[in-house]
Amino acid sequence: MISRFKARVTDPQLLRALIGILVFVSLWYLFTAVLNLPRFRLIPNPVAVLKDWFSLTPASGRSIFTKVYYLDIAYSVGRTLTAFAAATILGVSLGLLMGWSRTFYDFTFPVVETLRPMPPLSWIPLAILILPGVEIAVVYITFIAAFFATVLNTLLGVFSIDKNYFLAARCLGSKPKDVFVNVIVPGSLPFIFTGLQIGMGISWMSLVAGEIIAGKQGLGYAIYEGYFLYQFEHVISYMFTLGILGYMSSAGIRAAGRKLMAWESRRRGA
Amino acid sequence: MVTGAQNHQGEILIKDVTKIYDPEGVHVVAMKDCSFDIAAGEFAVIVGPSGCGKTTLLNAIAGFDTITSGEIYLDGELISSRDRQIKPDVERMVVFQNGALFPWKTVMENVIYGPVVQKRMKKREAVDAAREMLHQVGLNGIEDKYPEELSSGVQRRVEILRALINKPKVVMLDEPFRGLDAVAKTVMHEFLMDIFCESPRTMFFITHDLDEAIFLGSKVIIMTTRPAQVKKIVHVDLPWPREHHVLGSKIYLDLKREVLEAVHEEAKKAFEAGEREMA
Repeated sequence: MISRFKARVTDPQLLRALIGILVFVSLWYLFTAVLNLPRFRLIPNPVAVLKDWFSLTPASGRSIFTKVYYLDIAYSVGRTLTAFAAATILGVSLGLLMGWSRTFYDFTFPVVETLRPMPPLSWIPLAILILPGVEIAVVYITFIAAFFATVLNTLLGVFSIDKNYFLAARCLGSKPKDVFVNVIVPGSLPFIFTGLQIGMGISWMSLVAGEIIAGKQGLGYAIYEGYFLYQFEHVISYMFTLGILGYMSSAGIRAAGRKLMAWESRRRGA
Repeated sequence: MVTGAQNHQGEILIKDVTKIYDPEGVHVVAMKDCSFDIAAGEFAVIVGPSGCGKTTLLNAIAGFDTITSGEIYLDGELISSRDRQIKPDVERMVVFQNGALFPWKTVMENVIYGPVVQKRMKKREAVDAAREMLHQVGLNGIEDKYPEELSSGVQRRVEILRALINKPKVVMLDEPFRGLDAVAKTVMHEFLMDIFCESPRTMFFITHDLDEAIFLGSKVIIMTTRPAQVKKIVHVDLPWPREHHVLGSKIYLDLKREVLEAVHEEAKKAFEAGEREMA
């Protein structure tokens, strides 16, 4: 166990990661605390941010020792996960159906392709008008772009499947539903998981925008509040909180993908 | 190894088959009035210039594609004509040029796929049957591996077993050993020879490799350049099972010269046609 840990610490990959972080933080410190560049005058340096973030009595009232911090996280994570789950279930289903049936594709593709590029924020007015309650509107805005990213990647996943697998499946006596289960679904998984990672990223981005405009709680809302109250330490610590949550959710999707696609990772020798 | 009814039949009659791709537009005549037959249990090898329509014929027999005119019969049943196209089924198994084992299924899951999906066997029975087949050809121990963890030679053998477990009337192989090195090919030939002698069933084998053609075939059907027709049929009267030293025998060399001459003539024509197209 110890030797394994040692091997990981001396791992050049980890070392490089640490150096990257160090360089980034140093530059930030340089701009804000040492050089005092004109446009950076109001920006807190990393030490100030960390102090506030881990303070028992933060000036902003938000640190890892306050309840409201976790409430904000809970709101944002809850919205994102709800939206992401909906985007995955509906997006993958729609994408698979579009890839499976040419007729269904013909019916749906023009509509999907027109709605897809609409920025999530442009949905805000309609979302608020149509959906009951601001909460659902925020979730909808978080959902919509991720949904289309998932649909498109799933569809591309189906199209990426070698034609011979379909022919082989038919030779071997598959009915259409067998082809769906045994060829279309597993064959498109690699693309689906790429889509889910993109979708997760888009979800977080849209969430914050949605929260800023229509939210009452959550990380995005709190960032905007911090901006108005000149609590820039808290703005930055919340940005990093979002970054870490995003990182963790992507890592989670990758781990799930590796588990579901053992055949893929073994091929890559991972 | 493949037990059960030995009279699988599998007689194929190909009558005046014509295939025109894109008749309204580019109008490529891939095959014109092509006729020949393959007796039940015969190992037919098809050779001919690239792009001469060998795969066209395979697709028509397998039910992947239609023909423009003519008829194809399997054991007296019309399976392909201008108005009729029987869908692909387990009677006519195809082993693909680039391999089509499902990469997301293990070797075992691949081999048992056919019988299980057709509900012909319970999963347990299929696993037992598959294990026995793998064992008989010395491929045990790879059941839980994914295809891409195996060499392409082993992949091809597994794919052939995946076809055979369904006891098809015809096995069609489209240049299955292309890209394998000479040593791996020898192993493949012996493998195919063994399973064919064990339980002869109709084979429709496309290749460019003349040694392979004569070594494996009961007859070698040489196709003309496009539009494809039968140029020549060479019957290979070598005793079964054949072993590789037969490749040095006089009768073999005579057969090879015969096939080579026919192929060479067509290759030249194809080359000249290609030159004309380029000009």
